[in-house]
Amino acid sequence: MKARVTVTLKTSVLDPQGKAIEGSLRSLGFDGVESVRQGKVFDLEVAGEDKAKAEADIKAMCEKLLANTVIESYRVEIAG
Amino acid sequence: MKSAVILFPGSNRERDAARALKAATGRESEIIWHGETALPDGTDIVVLPGGFSYGDYLRCGAIAARSPVMEAVRAHANRGGLVLGICNGFQILVESGLLPGALLRNSHLKFVCRMQHLKVERVGTPFTRDYRQGQVVEVAVAHGDGNYLADPETLARIEGEGLVAFRYCDASGNHLEGSPNGSMNAIAGVYSEKLNVLGMMPHPENLIDPLVGGTDGLGLFTSIAGGARAA
Repeated sequence: MKARVTVTLKTSVLDPQGKAIEGSLRSLGFDGVESVRQGKVFDLEVAGEDKAKAEADIKAMCEKLLANTVIESYRVEIAG
Repeated sequence: MKSAVILFPGSNRERDAARALKAATGRESEIIWHGETALPDGTDIVVLPGGFSYGDYLRCGAIAARSPVMEAVRAHANRGGLVLGICNGFQILVESGLLPGALLRNSHLKFVCRMQHLKVERVGTPFTRDYRQGQVVEVAVAHGDGNYLADPETLARIEGEGLVAFRYCDASGNHLEGSPNGSMNAIAGVYSEKLNVLGMMPHPENLIDPLVGGTDGLGLFTSIAGGARAA
């Protein structure tokens, strides 16, 4: 089973890399860009067919390692 | 006074830390591989050194914080044992939850490597007995991710309980807004609630010899040594 975890900085945390990318996009002429937040994507393949169990396991992975919940939030999507 | 320095893949200042500990305590420090599950018997202080453990993959200090030896370090800290995390070691301590807050990319996005003044914000701890309250010391900084951040409640608690160890300042001791990395309240180092765990971004271990720039960092290590003798 395939799953995707998206980790982003919490909205209360400043994202200087996102700001730099935002400035660069504007300098390329993309005037409509209002804000950019950078994040990370993890594509996982997990054994088994039990979606609920996979989701629970992946949430535990996020809490323990994939995200630092002091500064980041995460989203888990199970494919199919 | 028995000290141990933990070596992670990608650590690079473990010898500097061991050298500073030896200069202050007169005893050789043991270098311990991160895969160990126990500290040497009778260890008084554990140092997590600077460097780029695991290549800073995922987040600085994140993978090292989950390595086997960290359970032993956590147990040592919970028993009241001393733990000092310097630079990457500080990042590992916040990632492991032994210290509050987080360390983000420097606000100006550049690696900063230079001499830096610090103000000693709290004396009388096992790490600062040999400093004076408000003393300004000059040590080195060398990091890309030293921007200290905590949520408003945590920050208020740290400040209220006097858990800020050092702040960045100029030579006269004036706090620099955000310098050199954007840290909240110019925080350069923080203590745990019981004051036995200290994390700091600057490198006191590199300022222990007049031949290489000064000795302002030595007081931290003589404080540790003196405390262990008194205990």
